[in-house]
Amino acid sequence: MKFAVCIALLTAMSGAALATEIPLAERRSGYSFMSADTKAMQDEDTANPGMLFVLDGEALWTRKAGGADKACADCHGDAGVSMKGVAAHYPAFEKTLGKPIDLEGRINLCRTNHQQASPFAYESRELLALSAYVAQQSRGMPIAAGTDPELAPFVDKGRELFMQRQGQLNLACANCHDDNWDKKLAGSAITQGQPTGYPLYRLEWQSLGSLQRRLRACITGIRAQAYDYGSPELVELELYLMTRAHGMPIETPAVRP
Amino acid sequence: MPSALINIPKKAKRGDVIEIKTLMSHIMETGYRHTASGSVVPRDIITSFTCRFNGTEVFRADLYPAIAANPFITFFTTVTESGKFEFEWIGDKGFSETAQASITVE
Repeated sequence: MKFAVCIALLTAMSGAALATEIPLAERRSGYSFMSADTKAMQDEDTANPGMLFVLDGEALWTRKAGGADKACADCHGDAGVSMKGVAAHYPAFEKTLGKPIDLEGRINLCRTNHQQASPFAYESRELLALSAYVAQQSRGMPIAAGTDPELAPFVDKGRELFMQRQGQLNLACANCHDDNWDKKLAGSAITQGQPTGYPLYRLEWQSLGSLQRRLRACITGIRAQAYDYGSPELVELELYLMTRAHGMPIETPAVRP
Repeated sequence: MPSALINIPKKAKRGDVIEIKTLMSHIMETGYRHTASGSVVPRDIITSFTCRFNGTEVFRADLYPAIAANPFITFFTTVTESGKFEFEWIGDKGFSETAQASITVE
């Protein structure tokens, strides 16, 4: 009996040690950490350089490609209708692969299966432009990814990766983005890592970039070996981050310093 | 596939000072960077931006390698008649793009 109480206590304590997750009421988009100038840049579509990519994406949407000589619009029609809210549900479970894929993965799957075209390279202008155009159709809508029960084991894996210390600095994502998001690192705000605006325009990158690029940069920053683009680990991390940001509005294309 | 974003008021009163905002898609490669193998990445920047109103030049800017990618150029001008603004960006490697926007002056 005593033993059982002990175990119960220990479980409760380990639970407490892990319960550093951000309370719902305290969740903040990276936007709220930015200076007034950078906020103004995101707020106005004609000042937001991410919109240049959205414009390119709009052009790509109707451009025929591949052996099938079909454009995205030939199947999906008006993106303003067919793609509304879609990005809010990604990464999503793909039955044929038995695993989740992110928006970029879905676009490339569509290219290979339906357009019979070669997939776009990760971080290519075309893939960023199309994913920005699709995600922009969900702007203002609440993030709703990860509700599919088939995704549950992958959300758990992503959460484990988020909590896992790694690299020469022996840091987990959670050590900064759950535990210290109200502090600064070398003068820059440590944000909560809420993926509300991807693909987003980073002034540091001088370009639009995907969530995978952001994750790889962070992983390199803790001096760990970054997972390859398109690897299951990155998609699981993306998935966990999206469930963590459940209900927060999408800002794509966001601007970040 | 370069694209431009122009923001000017559609309407203005005669003599009003209006703000013009322009955003041009360009990588603005400085020419100071090197590849992993040591060769210089050639300079590829916009070198000149011009704005004409009904054919008359109202604003011009020279751009240099220190200017960030996707240059955002804003300026003010006055308008006395309805007409058309024409914007022109010229740069390395034969880069040449134009855009236009109309304004109605009441």
